Amino acid sequence: MMKTGMTFAAALLAMAGAAAAEEVRVYNWSDYIDESLLAKFTEETGIDLVYDVFDSNEMLETKMLAGSSGYDVVVPSGTFLQRQIQAGAFMKLDRSKLPNYGNLWDMVSERVAKYDPGNQYAVNYMWGTTGIGVNINKVKEVLGDDAPVNSLALIFDPKNMEKLSQCGVHLLDAPTEMIPAALAYLGLDPDAQDEETLAKAEPVLEAIAPYVLKFHSSEYINALANGDICAVFGWSGDVLMARDRAAEADNGVEIEYHIPKEGALMWFDELAIPADAPNPDGAYKFINFMLDAHNIAAASNYVYYANGNKASQQFLNEDVIGDTAIYPDAQTMEKLYTTTPWDPKVNRFVTRMWTKIKSGT
Amino acid sequence: MNFRRILLIATPYAWLVALFLVPFLIVFKISLSHYAISIPPYSPVFDISAGWEGFKTFLSKLDFDNYRFLSGDDLYWKAYLSSLQIAAISTIITLVVAYPIAYGMAQANDEWRPTLMMLVILPFWTSFLIRVYSWIGILSNEGFLNQILLGLGVIDTPLAIMNTNTAVYIGIVYTYLPFMVLPIYATLEKMDGSLIEAAEDLGCTRISAFWLVTLPLSKPGVIAGCFLVFIPALGEFVIPSLLGGSQTLMIGKVLWEEFFSNRDWPVASAVAVILLVLLIIPIILFQRNEQKQREANQ
Repeated sequence: MMKTGMTFAAALLAMAGAAAAEEVRVYNWSDYIDESLLAKFTEETGIDLVYDVFDSNEMLETKMLAGSSGYDVVVPSGTFLQRQIQAGAFMKLDRSKLPNYGNLWDMVSERVAKYDPGNQYAVNYMWGTTGIGVNINKVKEVLGDDAPVNSLALIFDPKNMEKLSQCGVHLLDAPTEMIPAALAYLGLDPDAQDEETLAKAEPVLEAIAPYVLKFHSSEYINALANGDICAVFGWSGDVLMARDRAAEADNGVEIEYHIPKEGALMWFDELAIPADAPNPDGAYKFINFMLDAHNIAAASNYVYYANGNKASQQFLNEDVIGDTAIYPDAQTMEKLYTTTPWDPKVNRFVTRMWTKIKSGT
Repeated sequence: MNFRRILLIATPYAWLVALFLVPFLIVFKISLSHYAISIPPYSPVFDISAGWEGFKTFLSKLDFDNYRFLSGDDLYWKAYLSSLQIAAISTIITLVVAYPIAYGMAQANDEWRPTLMMLVILPFWTSFLIRVYSWIGILSNEGFLNQILLGLGVIDTPLAIMNTNTAVYIGIVYTYLPFMVLPIYATLEKMDGSLIEAAEDLGCTRISAFWLVTLPLSKPGVIAGCFLVFIPALGEFVIPSLLGGSQTLMIGKVLWEEFFSNRDWPVASAVAVILLVLLIIPIILFQRNEQKQREANQ
């Protein structure tokens, strides 16, 4: 009853929108842009921007594979991009419509080519790592001064988690992030593709699940900044944003981000245009706008994620470009790994495992 | 049979076919297909231009693999059983809370009844989502309830209600209360007051008159109310996902996970079909039983 009412209202709004000025619909991750850039885009191009957010690749993929999402620009991460390209969800980019294409950083483009051969379908927005965020004072209070904050053992050793559960732990609600990390903790290949190896992650995650306050992929930014939780396994920039928010609030909460010494996932979020985008020309304008060195630098300075734009680096703040947690040095770079998508059968095996881990059955 | 009569009978059937049978067949068809990385995310997809031959090859590719898969996975049975339990317990609690309200409304003066009715319906004027969200503000550790109890010195540490099954029960009972109150009130209001007087004249106490006369006569309202609460509660998604914790296992949530996290439409559709079958069988049995009783009475 409620739902039909809501869809009807949404349909009315959509119709009303179609009659108005030109618009571009962007579907990006939550907390992932300096919002003043949105107004700047409308100011420069005269195009209205509809900006919606999501917090999981799975959610985005559901919309992409259902078709007719109505979005002009979406932001999938590497392995998901690859699967959706296979499914025919995106259109090939016409680089002549992206005058700022030359600003891209080849170091990133080369790595993304693993998912998007020849970089035909997408350009990089941001990239980062998945690691450990801690409220350092609270963690030391619970685990002592030698708490292993730079090791996966902090999260995957039940002994540590049991103590940390006193002050609260969030984990990402994303099997594609958590399972490779559990494998890395076991010293196995994080990019394993066979069910036998992947199954070894289950007991590790099952053992710590009872101590997890919540599996969620976006609430931890505020929870960490407010001091509601003391540890998280999450995305680099989100943890650093929490650090920033806590500093702004001046609430005595001190946040640190650590790339685990056992290795960390390096991921890439890519701007792509759905094959059935209502306004592809507007989409190109938005992507070109984000390829502008000043604009993407403003976004990175705001969200504390590294971008794939070489030309923007001169405009980055020192606490972004100079932080090895964001722009890792050569030594840290060696510890990073990438993953490849699981085939459908393995994917079902993994998602089933994840549901069981979360519900504790 | 004249044309008007046919039209009269055909209309409700056409309604059922368009709004129930066709959507059901679409879901059933998807439940027989396979997960695939494509748009839409399953195969085979029926192509109308391929004609009759195409339809036959399409049919040959369908099978019951997803149902076999589900029967071998105890997660779904646990989720079904846990949903049944949560729905049944919430229905009973709702009945216990709603009956006195309905009874009181039926006993009230004629001039008061419209106002009381209004008060029951009033919450519907606010979005259901907002009303469920407001329970988060009441039940959380820093919420009203805990603050009041802490302030009064009744408890020392906040009660952990939020993100538990207790919060889910509270949410369901609160949300579905009007659906129980209204049908019970409708039957109680129609009841002939002289029946109670007769029972009392014949030596019943007020309480036994209630048990022997009022309660049996309100049975249709009670049963209608229970169905109106039990059926939507069984498939409830919003309340367990907002108020429940990760341990709250309900089939609506599992369905959502299948669609949006696992992106496995065929399995999700199979879960939905089984849920429907599980719901429809008791309803049909119940209606048969009612009809037999009615015939026996005549």
